[in-house]
Amino acid sequence: MAANVSPRAARQAYDAARVRRDFPILATQVNGHPLVYLDSAASSQRPLPVLRAVEDYETHSHANVHRGVHALSQAATSAFEGARERARRFLNARSTREIIFVRGTTEAINLVAQSYARPRFAPGDEILITALEHHANIVPWQMVCEATGCTLKVAPINRRGELLYEELAQLLSPRTRLVAIAHVSNALGTVLPVKRIVEAAHAQGAVVLVDGAQAVPHSRIDVRALGADFYAFSGHKMYAPTGIGVLYGREELLAAMPPWQGGGEMILTVSFDQTTYNELPWKFEAGTPNISGAVGLAAAMDYLESLGLEAVAAHEARLLALATAELLRIPGIELVGTAAHKASVVSFTLAGVHAHDLGTILDTEGIAVRTGHHCAMPVMTFFGIPATARASFGCYNTEDDVARLVAGLGRAREVFG
Amino acid sequence: MDLKELYRDVILDHNRHPRNFGRLESAGSGGEVLHADGHNPLCGDRLSVYVRLNGERIEDIRFEGSGCAISTASASLMTEAVKGKERAAVARLFDQVHNLLTHHDAAPGAALGKLAALSGVSEFPARVKCATLSWHTLNAALGHGAATVSTE
Repeated sequence: MAANVSPRAARQAYDAARVRRDFPILATQVNGHPLVYLDSAASSQRPLPVLRAVEDYETHSHANVHRGVHALSQAATSAFEGARERARRFLNARSTREIIFVRGTTEAINLVAQSYARPRFAPGDEILITALEHHANIVPWQMVCEATGCTLKVAPINRRGELLYEELAQLLSPRTRLVAIAHVSNALGTVLPVKRIVEAAHAQGAVVLVDGAQAVPHSRIDVRALGADFYAFSGHKMYAPTGIGVLYGREELLAAMPPWQGGGEMILTVSFDQTTYNELPWKFEAGTPNISGAVGLAAAMDYLESLGLEAVAAHEARLLALATAELLRIPGIELVGTAAHKASVVSFTLAGVHAHDLGTILDTEGIAVRTGHHCAMPVMTFFGIPATARASFGCYNTEDDVARLVAGLGRAREVFG
Repeated sequence: MDLKELYRDVILDHNRHPRNFGRLESAGSGGEVLHADGHNPLCGDRLSVYVRLNGERIEDIRFEGSGCAISTASASLMTEAVKGKERAAVARLFDQVHNLLTHHDAAPGAALGKLAALSGVSEFPARVKCATLSWHTLNAALGHGAATVSTE
């Protein structure tokens, strides 16, 4: 997002055609056309190094982790814990005790809701979110409010889809116990001023959870620089497999939190009278984890850093600017989400053509976009629309993809005359 | 997959100019209006179906709401097709429509009339729910006991 690379230098350095060759699925033909994949914000594709790392692990190293003295169990444990160290470096966390492997962002947020918020919040306490959150950063907090009697507050956005920071600041008070915000809006692409929000929240004694699902593939995340207390993200939106994600939490907060799921792995000793829990991070990882997923996630982090996160971000920013300009030339197109600071997502409607019909028409041209409410129904309600079409860009997209999208939208206007 | 098979002229026409669009109010003479709401959470389509029965016969029907071309056109075509029909005939018609929407090789029977224009949907499995939403909503309006159907 904050890519301090001169456009010319980045254009020379970044070779999207070479990046595309790392993603075998991009050679797929869809409905007789070469695939144009513009749905990475829903789930990105996987490059060969990730596919190979998972295959290599499954072929040569698999056994259960932390459970055996035999060679494969040690190999699996070292791969899994190696992935944790990789994630620590990726986020610049202080310690691997702060890296909890989870299924994805949704599970990470639910973990904090159930283990941090639910045991300690009470009537009179407030949880503050924003109007552009994904359902995964709304519903878990509603569940906490229902269980504890605390109150959910929502900071508003404007018609461009920008957070009204001053209004958020006014909603902060000593009653605010937790602030939960997206780093980047999945439906609108808006980038939130996380650092500023964290500072304001901390000044009121609130902890901050950041939903980083849409941010990790597009920017370098430094949890210490951001100051976030919790940072959640999914592997599958950053070129890793599904079913693996990370919850980063500040160690002193995690240490004080009770486990939220019980079982193997998360214990030290069990008797029928008393069970003692394992140390961080395993206290929060009951049951056999997604070992190959973690291996794939570590490979994806290697891959992204080998491309250069800043170079990827600059490339995507160019595509976003190009797509925005090209779409605005099409009669009937309205952009939904025009924040000054955006990442990698262009959401839009086309007059006279429902988003769902648009999705079908583009699909017949081999173009994959997301259509619908993007798990952000309150955002759709705010803009008074049932749905949008959303094109999102990843490291492998090209200017040709944008041209194909524009041509596909022309076809949609033709069909609907 | 041929787009022209899905978006036939009849479909586009009924999308642009939906027939029997609007609400039905209860007539003073006691015509009870049955009503149900349908919602497809995947794409945000919402529609309401209003039916006035005369005994077993659908005397009048209207719908309102917003949705994609397939759901709007399907609802519009449905209202034309079922108006004046007995409940039992409507149930048989729904079976035939459902078969048409879900079987690639289904040959539209003569009974379907204009509804045959929906046959292209079977090539687009993701869109079957759009086409059936109005029918399920009509079923809810007709099928529920008086206690669960809102009457106006």
